[in-house]
Amino acid sequence: MYQILSKRALNEQVTMMEIEAPLIAKKARPGQFIIFRVDEFGERVPLTVAATDPERGAVTIIFQAVGLATKKLQQLEAGDAILDFVGPLGRPSDLDGARRAVVIGGGVGNAIAYPSARYLHEHGAEVDVIAGFRSRDLVILEEELAAASTRLYITTDDGSYGEAGFVTDKLRALLDAGNQYDLAIAIGPVPMMKFVSRLTREYHLRTLVSLNPIMVDGTGMCGGCRVLVGGETRFACVDGPEFDGHQVDFDDLMLRNRSYLEQEQEDHTCRLQQAVQNHGGKA
Amino acid sequence: MSRNPSLTQTPMPVQDPALRARNFDEVALGYSAALAVEEAGRCLDCRQAPCIAGCPVGVRIPDFIRQVAARDFAAAFDTITQSNSLPAVCGRVCPQETQCEARCVRGIKGEPVAIGRLERFVADHHRETVGARPEPVPANGHRVAVVGAGPTGLSCAADLAKLGYSVTIFEAFHTGGGVLVYGIPEFRLPESIVRDEIANLEALGVRLETNMVIGRVLTVDELLDDFGYEAVYLGTGAGLPTFLGIEGENLIGVYSANEYLTRSNLMHAHDERYDTPIRRSHSVAVIGGGNVAMDAARTALRLGAAEVTIVYRRSFEEMPARIEEIHHACEEGVRFENLASPTRILGDERGQVQRLGCLRMELGEPDASGRRRPVEIPHSDFELEVDTVIVAIGTSPNPLIRNTTAGLETNPRGCIVAAADGSTSRPGVFAGGDVVTGSATVILAMGAGKKAAAAIDAYIRGKTEPKDCSEN
Repeated sequence: MYQILSKRALNEQVTMMEIEAPLIAKKARPGQFIIFRVDEFGERVPLTVAATDPERGAVTIIFQAVGLATKKLQQLEAGDAILDFVGPLGRPSDLDGARRAVVIGGGVGNAIAYPSARYLHEHGAEVDVIAGFRSRDLVILEEELAAASTRLYITTDDGSYGEAGFVTDKLRALLDAGNQYDLAIAIGPVPMMKFVSRLTREYHLRTLVSLNPIMVDGTGMCGGCRVLVGGETRFACVDGPEFDGHQVDFDDLMLRNRSYLEQEQEDHTCRLQQAVQNHGGKA
Repeated sequence: MSRNPSLTQTPMPVQDPALRARNFDEVALGYSAALAVEEAGRCLDCRQAPCIAGCPVGVRIPDFIRQVAARDFAAAFDTITQSNSLPAVCGRVCPQETQCEARCVRGIKGEPVAIGRLERFVADHHRETVGARPEPVPANGHRVAVVGAGPTGLSCAADLAKLGYSVTIFEAFHTGGGVLVYGIPEFRLPESIVRDEIANLEALGVRLETNMVIGRVLTVDELLDDFGYEAVYLGTGAGLPTFLGIEGENLIGVYSANEYLTRSNLMHAHDERYDTPIRRSHSVAVIGGGNVAMDAARTALRLGAAEVTIVYRRSFEEMPARIEEIHHACEEGVRFENLASPTRILGDERGQVQRLGCLRMELGEPDASGRRRPVEIPHSDFELEVDTVIVAIGTSPNPLIRNTTAGLETNPRGCIVAAADGSTSRPGVFAGGDVVTGSATVILAMGAGKKAAAAIDAYIRGKTEPKDCSEN
């Protein structure tokens, strides 16, 4: 069992937890992920490591409660424990050598972008962060991102906070204003990563994206996480999860991520009600 | 005890095909004590015992069968477990027809003794009636790490534990068993049987550490240098699925057999109490002709598919699956589209699988594997209407360990290069099972684990016991 050391709601949908996993805390590097399973009946679900504290043996995860597994996880509190927590999985981000980077996060993707921004910032790179959200009440990690960047730009789709518009608008403005970057990192919803990659390609700017396909084992065994990169089939769990955004077939990824959507929509309501009832005391 | 002159094997009761095709309960029900004694009477107890040479772990077959015939089931269990640490598993999934039973003298005229069924009976009888766990042996103070809790790792760990080694198995999944729990379905090998065999190992003192992906959370070098293990045995299997590389393979509804079976077996997607989803299919094509293809096809039936078709490039004669599995699949209503090769998968506007395009094949000259090579018949295209395609054309070793262990020699297929005793290019690092051979059988992997355990014992003794200097 792996104990939940702390829990904090970042907004209504996004939760941050520290899980006790000393070996993973020692080993995890930016870009890597873990797989958790709440209980015997739960799914195995991947989450990118947001931060680690090797001294305390803590691994920070940040997640949005969207599926059954993340909703089950969200219902737990500090002091509770989950059954399985395995990692670090995937390859670490290829960040070395970057001197001037722009890190673009979308929604909860900012939690995944954060460790890379922090790593770059700590290693002497100049880091511009563009953090996009739908609206003010969904903004997360503002302080952390500010501390991990040279300049932080927050955008909201509805203009309720920061600058109005999409992250791509801000990125284009920065590029057009003559900012020269040697690395872009884009992490967020698949359409956002697609459009950022399309934009940076015009500017010949190397761009890393972190992919989030459906996964079972996370060690290269199931092939469920296969993605098309440069026309070749790659497994996000062992070859990724980060890839060259200019090579990724985002449409294929969006398609595959819908694999269980219809089935889940049928099942979900009743199963969720059941899960909430089962964990009702804790919720 | 009486000799049984029958030329045919005592039949084993099985679930009715129509019934079992819709449930996940075990297909073969096993011998009763009376049936086992009857079948044991067919063994001639011949002096040369060719059957033993056919067993990769060298079970003393005539001895245990004689004990079954004498109704001394406890002695029979001891005899088997001296050589085989997973008898209930092997009695179910070993291809006895090409191993021990292939060499049985009774098989020259008639059917061989049903050695596998008898092994299964002895193991099941012990578990169901005696249930006693083995006792740990006194520790010898030496530590060995085993990577992977599949058949080869379990077998190696058991033999080392019996020699007094303190053994830790590191397993990437949340539970031990490897392919026995993620791959082989419940209806062929119930998970509870695997659990019980692993509990026996734990009673011997073997420690199982789950959720440990070696090559990521710890490397082989860290196990040797920082964690005090004197030797490491790599039994990480061949888990990386191969895809066809044809158009449409990323459509919704295309699975590797590994993914399909892992969802159903390890994650229990067939059981509605579990959260992991699996596709609700109406019509399924399974590509391949091995045991894994049969498992996937029969699982699809049990998950409710109305039609399941195996698509295989050659004919029944070349099919690598066990005859019994092909036979069971046929009985349950799996269709076979042999001499057919998939060319593309077509989807609808929502990206869901709709049809599988195939070409007819004919058999030409034998290829390197000795099987006749399938050759395309021009203009023979046809399509199958399916909503799910499962690709079961093989697997290769996972690259994680070879990529993170300097100096570990591998071959162009990604397999670790190991000698017959399991030793590799790195001193203290041994390997066996599918990670060395590529996909093979449970029992071959277990045999490799056994040999490596002996080699690891010799290696550690050689390092620690005073050496005889006169040899140099």
